[in-house]
Amino acid sequence: MSAEAAALRPSAGGGDVAIAVEGLTKSFGGHKVVDHLTMRVMRGQIYGFLGPNGSGKTTTIRMLCGLITPDSGTGTCLGFDILTEARKIRERVGYMTQRFSLYQDLSVRENLEFVARLYGVPQPERAAGAALERLGLAGRGKQLAGSLSGGWKQRLALGACILPSPDLLLLDEPTAGVDPKARREFWAQIHDLAAEGLTVLVSTHYMDEAERCHEIAYIAYGQLLAQGTVAQVIAGAHLSTWTVEVRGAEGHAAAQIVTGLARALTDRPGVDMVAPFGTALHISGRDAAALEAALAPFRDDPKLSWRQDAPTLEDVFIDLMGRSRDDLR
Amino acid sequence: MSALTESLGALRRIRAMIVKEFIQLKRDRVTFATMIMIPLLQLILFGYAINTTPRHLPTAVFAHENNDVSRAILAALRNTAFFAFIKEVKSADEAEHLIRSGEVLFFVEIPAGFERDLRRGDTPQLLVAADATDPVGSANALAALSGVVSTALTRERFVDDPGTAAFEIVQHRRYNPAGTSQLNIVPGLLGTILTMTMLIFTALSVTREIERGTMESLLSMPIHPVEIMLGKIVPYVLVGILQAVLILGAGMILFGVPVEGSVLLLVVATLLFITVNLSIGYTFSTLAQNQLQAVQMSFMFFLPSILLSGFMFPFSGMPLWAQWVGEVLPLTHFLRMVRGILLKGSSFSDLRADGAALLGLMLVAMSIAVARFRQTLD
Repeated sequence: MSAEAAALRPSAGGGDVAIAVEGLTKSFGGHKVVDHLTMRVMRGQIYGFLGPNGSGKTTTIRMLCGLITPDSGTGTCLGFDILTEARKIRERVGYMTQRFSLYQDLSVRENLEFVARLYGVPQPERAAGAALERLGLAGRGKQLAGSLSGGWKQRLALGACILPSPDLLLLDEPTAGVDPKARREFWAQIHDLAAEGLTVLVSTHYMDEAERCHEIAYIAYGQLLAQGTVAQVIAGAHLSTWTVEVRGAEGHAAAQIVTGLARALTDRPGVDMVAPFGTALHISGRDAAALEAALAPFRDDPKLSWRQDAPTLEDVFIDLMGRSRDDLR
Repeated sequence: MSALTESLGALRRIRAMIVKEFIQLKRDRVTFATMIMIPLLQLILFGYAINTTPRHLPTAVFAHENNDVSRAILAALRNTAFFAFIKEVKSADEAEHLIRSGEVLFFVEIPAGFERDLRRGDTPQLLVAADATDPVGSANALAALSGVVSTALTRERFVDDPGTAAFEIVQHRRYNPAGTSQLNIVPGLLGTILTMTMLIFTALSVTREIERGTMESLLSMPIHPVEIMLGKIVPYVLVGILQAVLILGAGMILFGVPVEGSVLLLVVATLLFITVNLSIGYTFSTLAQNQLQAVQMSFMFFLPSILLSGFMFPFSGMPLWAQWVGEVLPLTHFLRMVRGILLKGSSFSDLRADGAALLGLMLVAMSIAVARFRQTLD
């Protein structure tokens, strides 16, 4: 169903659309990085953008805020044309780059004041001071931004993005290299902001983060492969999954059994994906009957315990990625 | 044995390092080009363009009479190859303007009745005025002068014996009568230092933002490229003014460099020159991939600037092609202006050609910079 359907359904309330793009395409040196991408993000939504490295996530985000001109395609961002009204979009969008891009040799406070002045925030010094309080950075205002730890840098970068009170946040892998506690706090803040009506488009590699989003889109090789809520995306993949665990063996012996089984199953007709998880294997296939037939010879092995399982988001994504690669070949 | 394995290991690691360095060097085209270009450039400039005994120096003649004697004098001067008569003037004012604007370095005046006085034995005076702001440029020519003229007149039998003083050559070493090299060098240094510092400041400014990743953020904010450029140039204009005040102040106090001309004109010329260099540096920074390349580009620009502008070596002593290259360099025009204002008391009308050249160079550099500035990351 449904990836498409889910994307199209909310189109009824046109004024509530934050991002609507159609057929976005961009090539670099003859290589299509983004290929006919169509997507729609509603206002107030946290929209997760997932996909392997080099799948075109960053390029798409840059096209949304006018940093890269698409080769073809049209779209609006906050109601402004992404091709002709990039300047208006920039005034209302906070873009947090993948790499820390505030001035390392300015202090935390100076960075915030600079951003406030560029956006024409009234009383920039006061606005920066208020942002420092809100971010919990009040004690570090005079510290140079470059000397902050990874987690604080990320917090500062987000703080700088939301300082001019944008309507849309574009966050490009904001939590890469940040510890779990800081990540959790970060997501709590994102949810607070969304509750206030801010739209957030966030790219990530983490499955647990994907599950915190209202909706997700999966993009690989420049193409949007699935879109919708996490449940919709999982259901839409029509994947049946089995988990097999080793019985009565431990450590190296168990690992050898798992590796041997993985080798035996890979490339069998009906088996689309085999992934080890410790001394267990996840085996998935799109055709449930074919998968069961493929597994049948191993089902009676006394050393193995089999059970049918619900596919995880990761199973679905890895399957989607494999499928699109097959299509491209 | 273990000492042997240890040193073999060291050799292996050094070799790995050497191979890696070569690979990186090969990838960095600009560095590679610099390595080839710098020696070639130096060789050509020093070998062909630079001449510390300049010849064919532009000279104006103001001959009150036209007869065998005056023709013999001019022919003799021309034969020395030191002087190139590019203009015959009809008034002293005209000659003054030519020398103040830097169009000629010498001005020879043969007074009325020179031949008559010579034949009578009245020791007439031949006036030679030299722009001595650059002592190196004029010294050799002036030294050769007296002997050449008397030999010529003797040969042509206008005078009997070169030993007796049949005439007198009055030499005016204008603007720098004592031939003090500091008077020439301080204004030159003003231009050279400003070129070097201003170029580097802005050449690094954009590349630094790109290299540190801050440019992506900056571009996503509501600011126009021209605004970025102006915002980056203005602070360095102030730095440039500070440097200029420092150099000129020290020049006045320590070396007694005068300000013969208008201070306002000096300020305007210096501001213009600072802005030209900042614009050129900014252009480099939009062309360079990284800070190292920006520095290399600045250096490649700086080298011909000091060699071909007339700072180190007399401009008129260079071959024509080198003079043409020199005309494209802002420093050449600024040196003429600043030496003119400080030492010769040149006025706006004397210097407007150089001022216009600076203005033109600035507009070209700024246009390239704005056109080249990547507003997007495409």
